[in-house]
Amino acid sequence: MTRVFIPSQLQSYSGGISQVEAAGVTIDQVLRDLDRRFPGIRFRVVDEQDRIRRHMRIFVGREAAADVGMALRDGDEVLLFGALSGG
Amino acid sequence: MANSIQLLIGTRKGAWIYRSDRERRAWAVEGPMHLGQIVSHFVLDPRDGVTMLMAVKTGHLGPTILRSTDGGKSWAEAKRPPAFPKSGDPATARAVDHTFWLEPGHASEPGVWWAGASPPGLFVSEDGGVSWESVAGFNEHPMYGKWCPPDSGTPDGPLLNQVAIDPRDAAHMYIATSTGGVFESRDRAASWAPLNKGVEANFLPDPYPEYGQDAHFIAVHPKDPDRIYQQNHCGVYRLDRPSDTWERIGRAMPAEIGDIGFTVVPHPRDADTAWVFPMDGTAVWPRTSPGGKPAAYVTRDAGQSWERQDRGFPPGQGWFTVKRQAFCADRETPLGLYLGTTSGELWMSDDEGAGWRSIAAHLPEIYSVVAAPAP
Repeated sequence: MTRVFIPSQLQSYSGGISQVEAAGVTIDQVLRDLDRRFPGIRFRVVDEQDRIRRHMRIFVGREAAADVGMALRDGDEVLLFGALSGG
Repeated sequence: MANSIQLLIGTRKGAWIYRSDRERRAWAVEGPMHLGQIVSHFVLDPRDGVTMLMAVKTGHLGPTILRSTDGGKSWAEAKRPPAFPKSGDPATARAVDHTFWLEPGHASEPGVWWAGASPPGLFVSEDGGVSWESVAGFNEHPMYGKWCPPDSGTPDGPLLNQVAIDPRDAAHMYIATSTGGVFESRDRAASWAPLNKGVEANFLPDPYPEYGQDAHFIAVHPKDPDRIYQQNHCGVYRLDRPSDTWERIGRAMPAEIGDIGFTVVPHPRDADTAWVFPMDGTAVWPRTSPGGKPAAYVTRDAGQSWERQDRGFPPGQGWFTVKRQAFCADRETPLGLYLGTTSGELWMSDDEGAGWRSIAAHLPEIYSVVAAPAP
């Protein structure tokens, strides 16, 4: 299981919870597992072409993910952030 | 005495509902709802009078559709929001940035909704807005790339900004785009053809092309659906079907005001009467009230002449911008008119535009105003 940090922008989906456990060996699998628990959350982070949305950032530990295909290792933490998006 | 009215207000920072008394004098406010969500359109289903759909995104998060089936008391998210099909070619893969327009389907098709999006995309729901499908007839049309070139469009992106349905025929539809102008379908969105003859595109080498116009807003008259008004980037037009050639009725506007604007509102009982709210489309296009003097203009003869209606608006230093979905009418007698400004003010007239008064201020930038009978 991977620990996922949910930013404030998405906590309406997670019931206010900021950290959850999700299953998967890639970011994509983890997000799909999250979406099963919190329907709708994935589409607000990743578009229909499986691209990370322009104003969202996904980190694995301290490493920024370029796409959702990034593989995860045991003990990795996935951090979702709302990036700067203007007023 | 009129009926109570509810105004559904979509803003850049959330949604509000204003409900009036029967005189349309006192207004009670409910909201904010979904504070911080960018609400492009907030619409009541006239077929049941209670279902509401809201097109939202945020600065960070992707787009979705919110639904209420109890008049706005509670909300649920669409299970499958509008989205383009998965593409095998990353270079041309489209993703919905935001849904811009929500259109309840024909009266004979309860539960059907249509949506227009940016980048230009047409979507349909057959289950009241719960799940949405991409409409291949437009989105995969062989001419899509020419009708909707990727680098054209508004500051918020190229738009399929409107869907309109002939009240006599569910299969007869119109769409308006910022990239290709108006298109018509007679087979319920299976195929489309441009409908732009006579409409100027002064930003293209050919100023009267078959497509390429920027259709800000079209109004198919509810009682006389053969009459269509259009507020275009390049003027105000009228089309009387079966003709396919638009007439620029904005030529009759005062030259110092011009005929540029975002929207046009027809009188629901009189096809010869319609209102526009002109904006400054000169030089660098301020898109504010010409001269800082806000005014609506009404025609009562199908565009042969126009009358200025500014009583109640600031006589100067009023730099209004009224966007596409932010000017509307109710169905009462006398007719009520409502408009929202990008500076967050809500204005109304209860005498068909003769006089105006502010009924709310200090809201976020208003994107849409929809008037409907209150429950």
